[in-house]
Amino acid sequence: MRLAFVLGEIGSGLRRNVSMVVSVILVTFVSLTFVGAAGMLQLQINQMKGYWYDKVQVAIFLCSDGSTAAGCATGPVTPEQQDNLQTLLESPAVAQYVNDFQYESNEEAYKHFKDQFSNSPIVDSVTPDQLPSSFRINMKDPEKYQIISETFSSQPGVETVIDQRQLLERLFSAMNAASLVAVSIAGVMIVCAILLIATTIRLSAFSRRRETGIMRLVGASKIVIQLPFILEGVIAAVIGAALASGTLWAVAHFFLGEYLSKQYPDTAFISPGQTLILAPALLILGGSLAGISSLLTLRRYLKV
Amino acid sequence: MPVLRLQIWAVSAVPCRVIRAMIRFENVTKVYDHTARPALDDVSLEIDRGEFAFLVGASGSGKSTFLRLVLKEDRASSGAVYVAGQNVAKISSWRVPRLRRGIGVVFQDFRLLPQKSVFANVAFAMQVIGKSRSVIRDTVPEVLKTVGLEGKENRLPHELSGGEQQRVAIARAVVNRPGILLADEPTGNLDPTTSMGIMGVLDKINQNGTTVVMATHDDDIVNEMRKRVVELRNGIVIRDEAKALYTSMIPVVGQSRRLRDASGRDESQPHALGERNPGAGEEQR
Repeated sequence: MRLAFVLGEIGSGLRRNVSMVVSVILVTFVSLTFVGAAGMLQLQINQMKGYWYDKVQVAIFLCSDGSTAAGCATGPVTPEQQDNLQTLLESPAVAQYVNDFQYESNEEAYKHFKDQFSNSPIVDSVTPDQLPSSFRINMKDPEKYQIISETFSSQPGVETVIDQRQLLERLFSAMNAASLVAVSIAGVMIVCAILLIATTIRLSAFSRRRETGIMRLVGASKIVIQLPFILEGVIAAVIGAALASGTLWAVAHFFLGEYLSKQYPDTAFISPGQTLILAPALLILGGSLAGISSLLTLRRYLKV
Repeated sequence: MPVLRLQIWAVSAVPCRVIRAMIRFENVTKVYDHTARPALDDVSLEIDRGEFAFLVGASGSGKSTFLRLVLKEDRASSGAVYVAGQNVAKISSWRVPRLRRGIGVVFQDFRLLPQKSVFANVAFAMQVIGKSRSVIRDTVPEVLKTVGLEGKENRLPHELSGGEQQRVAIARAVVNRPGILLADEPTGNLDPTTSMGIMGVLDKINQNGTTVVMATHDDDIVNEMRKRVVELRNGIVIRDEAKALYTSMIPVVGQSRRLRDASGRDESQPHALGERNPGAGEEQR
């Protein structure tokens, strides 16, 4: 009975100031979309880092079937060449710069590739033998990349030496800046949302002061009096958060999935499914913002 | 819940007195503004279970403050207010709703919900404290009959006369069977004939055992009813008389109802002693 009553009160409250409720929905929608966009950029950065990015700095790719580099004139790398390279890596001249290194076979490379590009059509057209095997090197000092490069580039069986960080770092710093901007905009919008929710609840409490006055007189508990107002704000904010989550999914699906991934097939993009990880966070954020601001407003404007 | 209430009664200072007095003011002073005189100044009085008392006096004499203190809408600046044996100052804020469930209130301006029907207005008071639908369906028509509104369940407030609207308000105030009914100038907006009808309803509710305290300016009604009259002036009780008239030729202070000591009453009065108390609604249901 009490639940039905509270639900009825929420319904009438939402109906009574539709325009305010719609504006709360829109403001939370926009602000949480920005929050979500920042989250998406971070997810995308993680996706692009792939398996090796945080573990090593330099990759020495060995010759494979299709290699055209000068060092690969003799065809794919032989076990002998590979042993020589490993010996060289372990020699004191090189080892003093190297923390640690690992060998990645074609099969392992294929496995990591599949993980990273799981959302991309390119994964179906690649076979293990197309991917080069490699030595992945964790440097003591990443700045000393040049030494490794000079030592190994000309060795037989080496296709190329790549400093992975240099390739991606610039892109990542741009993306990090973008997510910072998104977060700042989101911050301003969230302040807007909080103030708007507070105003809406205040109006709502004012327009129903007769009811709440009578409720107090006949001894309704604080919860029964306040809950409809709080839930009104929370429901509006949660609708806004749901819209924001939907928008993020749509961006991932249509923009990244259908458009960008075709333009840049060699880049790993996040899947629409991954953006849904952000949804619960946005819903909780929206709901709790609205709940807290309603509660604080009611403490001032609705005497119980 | 009955167990809990028993405990409260047990810790009250003097149980025998507590049970008899429904409302008890002990040297209550209420100051709203320190530069002005107090709204209530050292008021001590007792209203018994099942009693009908008028609170008379000019505007600003402290009648409404008296009612607000009983409802714990305000705190007394000094002194103690007991309602059904509980010192209201000691009731924690989350228990205040329980106190108010034991007190019905009626106002001069009715305070009905304009978009709700008569039935819904009365049912509202039961809904918000979580009564079941079937209890509401059974109780509301019964109460509407008591106040003389049978057959008008589906009317909206604006389709009713002032007297009928006040009857709805009274029905709402008593539907949860409070032990006390406070009426703040309930006939203030009504003509004399209609007012007498309302008084009949209040009297009937009083006969059923509810303590009624009515603040009023209406001398005809007070003279007609011949009930206890407490007269306030500038926050001081200047007269407290049983079976009295609105004005007394000789104002008497303390003739009848000053605070009694624990030994008992200083006079007898006819009482319809009901076994009601605030918050007793649930048990009686």
